[in-house]
Amino acid sequence: MSTPKIRIRGLKKHFGPKKVLDGVDLDVMPGTGLVVIGGSGSGKSVLIKSILGLVQPDAGVIEIDGEDVLTASPRRAAAVRAQIGMLFQNGALFDSMSVWENVAFGLLAEKKIARRQARGKAVEVLAQVGLADSVADLSPAELSGGMQKRVGLARAIASGPAIIFFDEPTTGLDPIMGAVIDELIVDCVKRLGSTSIAITHDMASARRIGDQAAMLFEGKICWTGPADSLMNSGNELVDQFTHGRADGPIKMALRR
Amino acid sequence: MNAILNFVARIGAAVLDAVAFVGELGLFALAGLSHIFRPPFYPRLVGRSLMEIGFFSLPVVALTALFTGMVLALQSYTGFSRFNAESAIASVVILSVTRELGPVLAGLMVSGRAGAAMAAELGTMRVTDQIDALSTLSTNPMKYLVAPRLLAGVIAVPLLVAVADILGVMGGFLVATVKLGFSPGTYLTSSFANLRSEDVVSGLIKAAVFGFVIALMGCFHGYRSKGGAQGVGAATTSAVVSASILILALDYVLTQVLFIK
Repeated sequence: MSTPKIRIRGLKKHFGPKKVLDGVDLDVMPGTGLVVIGGSGSGKSVLIKSILGLVQPDAGVIEIDGEDVLTASPRRAAAVRAQIGMLFQNGALFDSMSVWENVAFGLLAEKKIARRQARGKAVEVLAQVGLADSVADLSPAELSGGMQKRVGLARAIASGPAIIFFDEPTTGLDPIMGAVIDELIVDCVKRLGSTSIAITHDMASARRIGDQAAMLFEGKICWTGPADSLMNSGNELVDQFTHGRADGPIKMALRR
Repeated sequence: MNAILNFVARIGAAVLDAVAFVGELGLFALAGLSHIFRPPFYPRLVGRSLMEIGFFSLPVVALTALFTGMVLALQSYTGFSRFNAESAIASVVILSVTRELGPVLAGLMVSGRAGAAMAAELGTMRVTDQIDALSTLSTNPMKYLVAPRLLAGVIAVPLLVAVADILGVMGGFLVATVKLGFSPGTYLTSSFANLRSEDVVSGLIKAAVFGFVIALMGCFHGYRSKGGAQGVGAATTSAVVSASILILALDYVLTQVLFIK
């Protein structure tokens, strides 16, 4: 069996008294897409941010290509993490820059291209996410939500990352635009041969973009399985979540 | 008994919070400073910050300095005439402006304009994940966002204070010659007769320190802001208030160090 692209063992993180991650174990095999589902505040974003190094976990192991990024030197960890691209939930586009500068930012930072070639390269990548040349010089604030997501996707894939994370890629979009973004994600990931992790609440999206799925509940992975079995997993936690039932083992902190 | 213990615990928690805050600020300042001297460098961003802090603050600093010099001449005249010491006005204006009022008032004005803008910009970047996005694009946010602003603050505020010094003295000169009937030649001669280079240099040293403090407070509060629009607003307020208080406190310390031998 090959080495997982990402291997997580016993990952723990608490904020004050709240244990957000309480021993997460997860394997993502090379070239596969994992979808992580779970309720709001279940720690999905913290999981991704821990892998990216934006949150420092309390304990555990995060291996990328067999190398533990939590114990590696900061320089080495940064080099390993440089192969990760990220699409943020709200796009997180730099509003002080034009669209093309956003897309070319990572390439310029890594000195993969010269500044005079950057606009041309950015326009190429924008075309891959279905955006025309005319968008390149606009500022992010002039774009619709769907277009901002596409620019965010273009920025995430511009340097050809081996791993891509998607944080709720279809949240805030209408169903058609959601499907378009999902299609673009699948296309891009396939073309790059990347490994991906997506976190989402959108079950239709989860089945479209994931090969495997995992559910986070009370800080642990409570189920893993093929993404297309999400709606009939046989796990009562997953069933309640995917069918959106108010009654079941998952109790929301509501005062009635 | 419990009430007393709670009270003591609350004091203890406040002290621990204060110590943690100072530690965090110190580490932030050290990290920002160290990135100024380590590549990659971002000269374009330093240039942009110089424009923001220096050039765009010029009108407000210039007006403040001009009117301060004018008021100082007028006030000194009305006060000093009681002792027949009107001839000291020129020296009082130039020494007050170069040693004290130029750097302090310019610092407070820049803090209100550029420090607040820095905190708001970085705060918005923080709450919209733009700072996290920088990290995922192989860019260290401390190096990219903080170091250029710190460097620009240290360079821009002394330049502003040099302009403020000139305009403050000019304000005093205008009032003294136009309104109070001083001869221009005599006023200028007595202005510069008592001025020593250390008067100006000490003001510029203060300005460099204030520039660093303004940029540090703007970046620090913006960088760690959280909680959406309200958090950004709170960060902006904290940046201006803390920078203003630090400017006044450091002014005393620097005066002690620079002038009291």
